[in-house]
Formats: sequence, C-alpha cells, structure tokens
Amino acid sequence: MAEWWSNLVAPFPPLLLTAVYMLVFILVLFACVAYTTLAERRVIGFMQVRLGPNRVGPQGLGQPIADAVKLMFKEMILPQDADRFLFRIAPLLSMAPALAAWAVIPFSEHLNFADINAGLLYILAMTSLGVYGVIVAGWASNSKYALLGSLRAAAQIVAYEIAMGFALVGVLMASGSLNLGDIVKAQQGSVLNWYWLPLLPLFLTYLIAGVAETNRAPFDVVEGESEIVAGFHVEYSGMGFAMFFLAEYANIILISGLTALLFLGGWLSPFEGVVPAHVFHLPVIGALLGSGAHWFLAKTSFFIFCFLWFRATFPRYRYDQIMRLGWKVLLPLTLIWIVVEGVLLYVKFPPWFD
Amino acid sequence: MLIQSTVFYFFSTILVASAMAMISVRNPVHAVLFLVLVFFTSAAIWLLLEAEFLGITLVLVYVGAVMVLFLFVVMMLDINLAKMRAGFARYLPVGVLVGVIMAAEMAVILSRPAFNVQKPQSKPADYSNTQELGELLFTEYIYPFEIAGVILLVAIIAAITLTMHKRSRAKRQSPARQVSADRSERVRLVSMDKD
Repeated sequence: MAEWWSNLVAPFPPLLLTAVYMLVFILVLFACVAYTTLAERRVIGFMQVRLGPNRVGPQGLGQPIADAVKLMFKEMILPQDADRFLFRIAPLLSMAPALAAWAVIPFSEHLNFADINAGLLYILAMTSLGVYGVIVAGWASNSKYALLGSLRAAAQIVAYEIAMGFALVGVLMASGSLNLGDIVKAQQGSVLNWYWLPLLPLFLTYLIAGVAETNRAPFDVVEGESEIVAGFHVEYSGMGFAMFFLAEYANIILISGLTALLFLGGWLSPFEGVVPAHVFHLPVIGALLGSGAHWFLAKTSFFIFCFLWFRATFPRYRYDQIMRLGWKVLLPLTLIWIVVEGVLLYVKFPPWFD
Repeated sequence: MLIQSTVFYFFSTILVASAMAMISVRNPVHAVLFLVLVFFTSAAIWLLLEAEFLGITLVLVYVGAVMVLFLFVVMMLDINLAKMRAGFARYLPVGVLVGVIMAAEMAVILSRPAFNVQKPQSKPADYSNTQELGELLFTEYIYPFEIAGVILLVAIIAAITLTMHKRSRAKRQSPARQVSADRSERVRLVSMDKD
C-alpha cells in the first residue's frame, strides 16, 4: 500500500506534495473540529438526560454545517474605537499556533510531516503562542469585559504552562529524547510500560494543566458567562467568533493527541505483550490489533471525550482556587516527582528505567 | 542554496522593518507586538543557521513568557502621548550623540578579527544540536551554568519578598478548612411541630 502510493507520487516535487498533504490534513482537522462541537452538544445532552441538536440531517449530523453557514453570513461588527487591524487579526493569532503544532505530531511510526529533533520543545513553543490571540482580542476590543477576560486568560495560561512544562521535563527524562517518535518508541512493551504508570502524577498534572490551558470547564473563568459575559471574545460576531470557537476545539484535539503520545504510547497497540506475537501477522485482525495510526486516533478521541465529560461533571473553579491549584499543588507535585524520577533513573528501577 | 538565501532575505527584511516599526510607532501595545515579531523572525533566522534548540527556546522563553507579561503590563498603562513627545526637539541632540557613540562602539567591536568568522559548515542530518548543547552545558560550562541558575533563583526570591507584606488584620481564607468542611458545619436540621 505504502509502496504503491510512493510510486504514484514519485514524479511530483516533494515541496508540492507536502503542501498538498498539509492542505488535506488541515481540511480533515477542520472537519474533526466541527464535529467535535456536535459531539460536545450531543454528549453533554446525553449526560444531562436530554437530546441535544438532532434536527439537521440524520441524528443532527448536519448541524455543524448549518452552524458554519449561519456564522459565515452574519455581519462582523467592529466595536467603536476598536483597534481595527488587531481586532481582525486576533482570531488568526489564536488559530494558527493550534494548527502549526500538528507539524511534528507522529500519527504512526512513519506517518508525520516533520520528524525533528526538538519536537517536544517546538510543541511547547507553539502552544505558548496561543495566548497572544486572547490578549490581543481583549485589548483590541476596547471593552471592559473583554480586557478583564484576557487578563484572566493571560495569568491562567502563564501559570499552568509552568506545571505543563515540568510534566514534559519528566517525559523527556524518562525517554531521553525530545523527538516525539522516539518518546513513543521508548514506551514500547505493554500497557504497563506506557508512561502513564511510572509518571502517574505528571500524567494527571499534564491533563489538568491541558484543560486549564484550553480554558475549558472547570477552568473557564476566562469566559465565565455569569461574571464577564463571554470574556475576551464578547465583542466578536460572525466569522471572528467562529474562529475563536474553532481554535478552542483545535486546541482540545491537540492537547488530547499530545497526552496520547506522551503518556499513553501514541500509536502503540494495547495488545502488545498481552496476546502472542504471531497474532499480529494475521491478515486483517493482525493489522487491527497491531500498532498503527488507528490506536493513536482512538486514544485521542478518548481524551477529547474526557474534556466533554469534565465539562458536564465539575462546577466552575473560583479564580483564586485556580491559581492555588496551579502554583501550590501541581507545581510542587511535578517538582517532587522529577526528583523521585531522577532517583529511579539513577538506580535503574525495573521495569521502566532499566 | 537559492531557497536558503530567499528565506534569509525574506526574514531579514521583516526583522529590520519590524525593528524600525517598534521604535517608531506611537502606540506602545503596537510597539510590543512588533518586538514579538522581531523575536519570532530572529528565531527563524537562527533555525536557518541550524541552531534549532536556540531558535525554539527564543520563541518559548521570550515570545511565550516574557513578552506576554510585558504586554500584560503595557496594556494596562495609561500613557499620555502628547506629554511624552513634548520635549522631543530638546532631547534630540543628546539622543543623537548616544546613538552615534553606540554605533561607533559596535563598529569597533565587530571589526575585530574574532568576529571575522567563516561561513558555518552544515552538519549531517542526524546531528543533534540539542544534545551537543546539553553535553557542553553540563560538562565544560557546569559552574557558570549553575551559578547563573542560582542568581536567577535569588532574583525570584528577592522579587517575591519585596511584594510580600503581612497585614495582621487582613482576613484570609484557609483552603484546607474550606475543603474539609462537612454538612454539620453548614446545615442544621430542626424538627418543628406543625400547627
């Protein structure tokens, strides 16, 4: 299959091919983002014993398209005395980093856009840029609610980025590499070899910090509707609002994918080490049970579901409690676990660090 | 080669233009955003020099953390532009003098033989810049590296101590007590006769 494809595309220049692949990937990602919004409404509807949107198309599957058409044809209102250029560019600033980070994500062993040495650093750098969209939007709107929302966002994202960064330090200590493909390969073995178990505190910290970074419930004080209406995007309408909305979901998918890669073995199959090795060589069952991109997608989907689940389950945190959790609970926890991990690495603690 | 120089000139043009814009725009928030663009494009040029670790770290540390806090502060300033520009003509000679001295100093330093470097040789594809840097930092430069870390830590502690002032009469919440509160502290069930 792979050989057949590489023979087919051989006459085209690699730069053009990459550009086409990227375009296709971004379109697929946008479709995933649109259907995540539908999934959120249906899943939360189910959890709250109601139906959710089910009128457009079978089972409401046309709803994201209807929403997109509606938002596209709405007028984009520019607030009085707003900074025209920054107001228009802010949604793009919030969307672009969420897309750029996908460049280094490996879907399976050989399926990725760029296999770079400092992949993990690149991911950290890209996700730390997303906050500019929020801050610039809040400032350019010339509105008190928007400014307050963006100040909250900046403080929250900067605070949780530190805990997130330390969780990643733990991962790179265990794998000895900043390359995402090598990190996944270092987790090979069985489900128990994946980093969620030896790095359990870091895994939980990463997941919680990921929810806080994407400003999702229960950490959604940035757009807490009972206090500051909609926060930083209160003045946006039409496509401007749609871009922020899509950026939020693109970030959720990104964080879910990263959690799957770093702590749940990415494309590795959970049956590895459980069923005998010759099963993986069977025609169809072997491909399904064996490692591959489908396991990465399944794990990512699970974490996306967790994001929706959290939203339906937890009440919103108070702002000072968010700061306390970030600085006084998660940060010391990661620091302690990095020291513990250092000791375990030094004594070559089996079966993970030998 | 052609692609490389095209990319270089593309980013250098943006770099120089946004650096000029940063010191000439009126609005301080715009100036900060231009500075962000300067950092970002210089990171791209570093990537072109195969210094990927430094390039990405520049984005991560300066753009992702330092400039966010900078923007945070500048956004909340209420700057009177007319008042700031009032003494422009009066300070111009001093400013020009300082500028000329700085340019002369840079010219002297950059013309020294130490800066007369050859074009760097490109490394093979499996060469890891990150690993080389790490090995140097933790072997040859371990003491300067650790001392720099300690100095930064002291600066953090000093900054926190400066802003801490204990007010004895201030009311504080105790999160531990808030979390451990149970029903008996909040609700009292009473049985009442119906009449």
